[in-house]
Amino acid sequence: MSDATQTFQNLAPSAGAKFRQRTLPILIFAACLAAIPMVGPSRTFYTIAHQMGINIVFALSYNMILGKGGLLSFGHAVYFGFGGYVAMHAMNWIEDGSGLWAGFPVFFLPLVGFAGGALAGAIIGWPSCRKAGTTFAMISLGVAELVFAAAFMFDSFFGGEQGISGDRMNGVELFGLSMGPISEVYWFIAFWTVVGLVGMWAFTRTPLGKLSEATRDNAQRVQFIGYNPQRVRYLVFIFAGGFAGLAGGMAAVNYEIFTPDAMSLVPSGFVLIMAYVGGITYFVGPIFGAILLTYMQSMLSDFTEAWLLYLGVLFIAIVMFAPRGIAGIVFGIWDGLRGSNPGQYIAGLLMKLAGILLMLIGLIVLVEVSVRWSNGYGEVYEPFGMHLGHQNVLSWLIIVVTAVAGVALTRYASKDKEAA
Amino acid sequence: METIVFGLLNGVSYGLLLFMLSSGLTLIFSMMGVLNFAHASFYMLGAYFAFTITGSTSFWIALFIAPVLVGLVGALVERYGLRKVHANGHVAELLFTFGLAYLIEEVVKIVYGKTAVDYRVPDLLNFAAFEIYGATFPAYRIFVIFIAIAMLVGLWFLLKRTRAGLIIQAALTHPHMVGHLGHNVPFIFMTVFGIGCALAGLAGLMAGNIFVTDPAMAVQMGPIVFVVVVVGGIGSLEGAFLASLLIGLLQNFAVGINASFAEIFAFTGLSPTSEVGDITISSLAPVLPFLLLVLMLIFRPQGLMGEQEL
Repeated sequence: MSDATQTFQNLAPSAGAKFRQRTLPILIFAACLAAIPMVGPSRTFYTIAHQMGINIVFALSYNMILGKGGLLSFGHAVYFGFGGYVAMHAMNWIEDGSGLWAGFPVFFLPLVGFAGGALAGAIIGWPSCRKAGTTFAMISLGVAELVFAAAFMFDSFFGGEQGISGDRMNGVELFGLSMGPISEVYWFIAFWTVVGLVGMWAFTRTPLGKLSEATRDNAQRVQFIGYNPQRVRYLVFIFAGGFAGLAGGMAAVNYEIFTPDAMSLVPSGFVLIMAYVGGITYFVGPIFGAILLTYMQSMLSDFTEAWLLYLGVLFIAIVMFAPRGIAGIVFGIWDGLRGSNPGQYIAGLLMKLAGILLMLIGLIVLVEVSVRWSNGYGEVYEPFGMHLGHQNVLSWLIIVVTAVAGVALTRYASKDKEAA
Repeated sequence: METIVFGLLNGVSYGLLLFMLSSGLTLIFSMMGVLNFAHASFYMLGAYFAFTITGSTSFWIALFIAPVLVGLVGALVERYGLRKVHANGHVAELLFTFGLAYLIEEVVKIVYGKTAVDYRVPDLLNFAAFEIYGATFPAYRIFVIFIAIAMLVGLWFLLKRTRAGLIIQAALTHPHMVGHLGHNVPFIFMTVFGIGCALAGLAGLMAGNIFVTDPAMAVQMGPIVFVVVVVGGIGSLEGAFLASLLIGLLQNFAVGINASFAEIFAFTGLSPTSEVGDITISSLAPVLPFLLLVLMLIFRPQGLMGEQEL
């Protein structure tokens, strides 16, 4: 036996590395948000940016349970909705100026939303967190349907079909923001987006956050080291509900109206798609997803009525070919560029991109021609001055040729890569 | 009495329809461990295919061809979609079918339009089977009951009494062993997936003309089928059968009861003008399956016939 003392290399990240990897990205994100109003953006930009901020927090909160907790939920909008409704009611109490609420600034309403969402999570999570996996997914779906149906029965809380509306320009003004003009609401949204982001990032660093990842990977082992996986899931679920409620509170202040539709299965599905398309294995993934899909939702829906079809295709393509989402693609490209042979990597990447582009052209022409054919208004799809009717042979030729060429090119590119 | 008889008849026919859907779902689940989120979409496809085939030929031809077509679509989906995703785990599979449900709905909207299509009960069956208490019961519903029972017996016979069924049952629990014995397990999986989808298509064919055939029918039916499967105990065919009948009866009885909470709980002094007192049992009918689901999960988490899991 030699000397028992061994020296180990210190593997902990240095203070500089910690700052670079953990604090700096958040500072950059906050700085970007702070810089946006300086370029004098338009009203439309503000509208979309606000939606993005809300969706970023919402999608991140969803990823707390899907990505970090391994629980697939089809009813996350329920907590968003509860948070939003509670915040909406609080906004009306502020307007009435009754009791304690008279001194409560509208700016802090998302905190009320957080409480509402967490409370809903605590109540609903109690029966549903007993199970994980597929059963949990089905329960979340059932609960979402139940709550959505109940929303139309209890008008005093949910306001029936027309929902509940309020006025955000009441109560105490904070930071000199009257919350009236959209540019002032921007600061509110930006502030809470950053708070939500930092809060959820901090949560992943807590023991509970780590345990939630452990429960996702192996619930049995978590039990062996003395923790109750059901309780871990339950606690994480409450926090995720709370952050969803925070997003709901942001939405309540931003739109000044909340309807039961906000808690239906549609937004629940949308947040799932946002988080998954962004990439659930990365913390930043849902941010990418939220930004991209919010943009698609507001922009693409103006260009084409079949935008949900494109969304479905995008989602299926991500599930099948890039299960780590956009974040996975971005970081994969980053790694490839820094790899041993960036030249070859770029060539392969470009070939793949060209193939995907060709397939996309084929798909778009197919969908747009079919949509117009199906509507029967006699409209014709005319990209770049071409006249692509459904009787036109050229349209079908473009569809077939681009699709076949695209598939061939992508297959060739990936085969080439495997051989290399 | 009238309410009870009609509730019973409608409940049984609806419950059997639910079972046609949930049996396919259960088969697929116990085989691949994945709940096919798009199952109700195949149900919708069944109705639309039947509409198209009925339009060009007749309902009786559609009765045979439409489910087969839906089954083929299902088999293709399994072969070129699910099998690829399988490597990424069950969540990825569930998400794949979730995306598929979106896709099918949008494609149906493009091909058949956004409004309901005129898919009708065939003339041959469009009469009143019998009349009791001054109300008639449509013959088509009797026909649905018969077809559903025939399918039930057929499925039971296939699974329990044939060699193919033996292999399928073995492949559900011991896929590797069955593979070693020289059977093509992926092919078996594809076939079972196809059969499950074909059953959903058959249910769609029968239900499309009782209810409405429109692009929203999948979204309406989907959650209820999942409730049936979970309440029955995930993976259990017998449980799915019981739960289907239970939910079918429950919903149809509830629709017939017009009493409000205030009347039922009058002894507690619940005011009929208050929000809770104002709720009638019939308005509660669409919510009942989900209420049942939540209650079931609180008191018996493994479902009616499911096995206790960790």
